[in-house]
Amino acid sequence: MAEALYQRDIYGKTLVELGRSNKDIVVLDADLSSSTRTSFFAQEFPERFFNFGVAEQNMMAVASGLASCGKTVFVSTFAMFATGRAWDQVRNTICYNNFNIKIVASHAGVTVGPDGSSHQALEDIALMRLIPNMKIIVPCDGPQTRDAVIAAANTAGPFYIRLGRPKVLTVENKGEFKLGKAQILREGKDIALIACGIMVQEALMAAENLAKRGIMAAVINLHTLRPLDKEIVLKVAKETSGIVACEEHAIIGGLASSIDEVVIENFPTKIVRVGIRNRFGQSGEPQELLKEYNLTSSDIENAALTLLR
Amino acid sequence: MQYNDHKIKELEEKAKRIRRLIIQMLAKAGSGHPGGSLSATDLITVLYFSVLRHDPKNPNWPERDRFHMSKGHCCPLWYAVLAESGYFPLEKLWTLRQLGSILQGHPDRRTPGVDVASGSLGQGLSVALGMSLAGKIDHNDYRVYVLLGDGEIQEGNIWEAAMAASHYKCDNLCAILDYNGFQIDGKVKEIMNLEPLVAKWQAFGWHTIEIDGHNIKEILSAYEEAKNIKEKPTIIIAHTIKGKGVSFMENIVDFHGRAPTKEEAEQALKELE
Repeated sequence: MAEALYQRDIYGKTLVELGRSNKDIVVLDADLSSSTRTSFFAQEFPERFFNFGVAEQNMMAVASGLASCGKTVFVSTFAMFATGRAWDQVRNTICYNNFNIKIVASHAGVTVGPDGSSHQALEDIALMRLIPNMKIIVPCDGPQTRDAVIAAANTAGPFYIRLGRPKVLTVENKGEFKLGKAQILREGKDIALIACGIMVQEALMAAENLAKRGIMAAVINLHTLRPLDKEIVLKVAKETSGIVACEEHAIIGGLASSIDEVVIENFPTKIVRVGIRNRFGQSGEPQELLKEYNLTSSDIENAALTLLR
Repeated sequence: MQYNDHKIKELEEKAKRIRRLIIQMLAKAGSGHPGGSLSATDLITVLYFSVLRHDPKNPNWPERDRFHMSKGHCCPLWYAVLAESGYFPLEKLWTLRQLGSILQGHPDRRTPGVDVASGSLGQGLSVALGMSLAGKIDHNDYRVYVLLGDGEIQEGNIWEAAMAASHYKCDNLCAILDYNGFQIDGKVKEIMNLEPLVAKWQAFGWHTIEIDGHNIKEILSAYEEAKNIKEKPTIIIAHTIKGKGVSFMENIVDFHGRAPTKEEAEQALKELE
């Protein structure tokens, strides 16, 4: 059995690791450092950590001032507040200036659980994907969170890294992480399941079940949504009967839209979207919510069967 | 503090020249914001030509004092002082707001001397705070100056930054408020009253200095006082006149965001001779 890890724990530890070797790394948080785990960095490097209280707009614009002086700035809060509350600051003062600012947001998606709708960001990828210069990574598990954070630290310009709240099972045998290069986790010529974040695990389970029915599904971990690995999307579009896009996010503006856009312009094929359909979140346990919002492996399986029918 | 009269006279002349450049630039561009550019001219002229530690030939000098124009729509003023300082050739001023120009309609990093873009109001005090914190981390003794508009400080982001700057004891940070009393829709006190303003900034933990924003001596002495304040940020609340220096623009809200016509520009330049 693979181990289950908090992506946030890995993020916090990776920040400390980076902070040791790079004196220009500065970390900001808005009263959620114990949840986002930037508290690890705060403890080790108090002179390079700033808590701004419950004031995300200020935090984002401060990051720009720091970056203009040569700092690599990691900014953390919940996905809802990083992307929604401070969107203007992210657009006009971070991305327009193309600054070295890495927004690492936790608590994305419905798996936030009991806190309910106000804390469940289902539109954050869409909001970030609209902005030029922004790169976006949705790591699928703990170890990939480390890869993503290191890649962001070593690559110029603004990043959005999306993390969840609960522990996630580590996806085995993913191969090397490369920014902008999707990972083929399973080969299959009948259909392609393309997923990011926690949905990668669900897609792998769905593929396993589909195999029992004699359907060979490819599983792709599309961890980087910008820049998008168009090559692999088009490859599976051509080699299979269609694509199931799986994300813990609205079906508008996120992973599904990223795939749609490439496919429509180059090689139209059938796409079925597994994601949140025009709804807000609500309270509940993560597993219950995944079921309620049709985000489980059996929903992916059904989507695949519908597509192939 | 005593300032010699020659120096004062020189700065007054410089400010007049900057005002002329602003009028010429805006008339050529055919759009832009004269009112708030003219009201802050004395404040920013004194800053660039008497206070700021900078080297126009080396705009990225790490030790330089930082300036950020949070009320970005008044960039004609910024462009004029940058050109006059030697950051780029004066002729560039006549390309303001044109396609491909280094002088965009709002401040932009493609202009030598501009570190951070602005235009969406209310974010510049935070940007300046970030610059201030970077200086503290690096033990670099540069100072950070930021120009705010009075309408602009109706933004909530400003007060988030105000709280944080005093929390982090940013005594290397000096905000300058161009309190000209007008915003696009009319008088500030009628649109959204800011008073009691000094009390507000003091309540947020700032050292406040109130001056006549067109009196060169008072401006010089305010910057000097700010340098000597320890453990807290300073705001210079400068009472100014919107459109200052051009009789038919003074306190006329229409000139917040309308460029002078050719005839108006000629008239204005006569007054500024």
